[in-house]
Amino acid sequence: MIEALCFYLFAAVTVFSGFMVISSRNPVHSVLFLILAFLNSAALFLLLGAEFLAMILIIVYVGAVAVLFLFVVMMLDIDFEEMRRGFLKYLPIGALIGAVLLAELLLVFGTWAVSPEAAQMAAAPMPSPEEATNTSALGQLIYTHYVYLFQAAGMILLVAMIGAIVLTHRTRKGVKKQNIGEQVRRRRGDAVEIKKVSPGQGI
Amino acid sequence: MMEIGLAHYLTVAAILFTLGVFGIFLNRKNVIVILMSVELMLLAVNINLVAFSSFLQDLVGQVFAMFILTVAAGEAAIGLAILVVFFRSRGTIHVEDINAMKG
Repeated sequence: MIEALCFYLFAAVTVFSGFMVISSRNPVHSVLFLILAFLNSAALFLLLGAEFLAMILIIVYVGAVAVLFLFVVMMLDIDFEEMRRGFLKYLPIGALIGAVLLAELLLVFGTWAVSPEAAQMAAAPMPSPEEATNTSALGQLIYTHYVYLFQAAGMILLVAMIGAIVLTHRTRKGVKKQNIGEQVRRRRGDAVEIKKVSPGQGI
Repeated sequence: MMEIGLAHYLTVAAILFTLGVFGIFLNRKNVIVILMSVELMLLAVNINLVAFSSFLQDLVGQVFAMFILTVAAGEAAIGLAILVVFFRSRGTIHVEDINAMKG
């Protein structure tokens, strides 16, 4: 009973905030609603028993990706009102395609059923909660069976990080920076010059 | 109605995915909102994977959801970096103006 109520609450808020993401006028509000959608789907994951993924969703999405979006939205100086023009022009075609897609998906879900043998065919059967928690079960799977995939995921993140830095990095002209090598190389003769000044003449 | 099954979660994911597709059409001009719509679609896919994983008692679905999460994070970072570079060089992020490759 309580589980059902929680599910309906979280699902409703997720769908509502998903709708607000695409329809709000201000992109900052869009990002904030995106954060709300992620938080509520993390709660849905908790209801499904996937605690590790729920926490990862909060840490990675709410903590990193959404903040990145927020940062970019606020950094770029864009007239978003002007960008809203043509909003209504694309509404009919978008609504049509969305409705067709949703109808297709619901038809698929309506007519399809899990085969009874599917439970026996599990590639990695889930241990009971007394045996191992969700996190440790996932860890035992990822670090053994999927270790190459795990390394590849790390590689993807590394490439993404380097790519983002290389793309956005720029050397600015006219910035004063300390050059330690040059400072150390400097000798007394380069900097100081002794002049003989005869009395009453100046240099 | 009070018994939450697989179909409930799949319906939520379907609605979320449709909203993502709808958002791409609705915000044809704004790359940032298009990227956010893509994130919504990936989230819907993740909900699907985790729901199947939970109801079929198979952990592999959650492993794959984790890898999708990784790829989605990388995609968002690279996409936004490209966006920032493009804005610096052109001063606009209109989708119609992104035509340097004549695609």
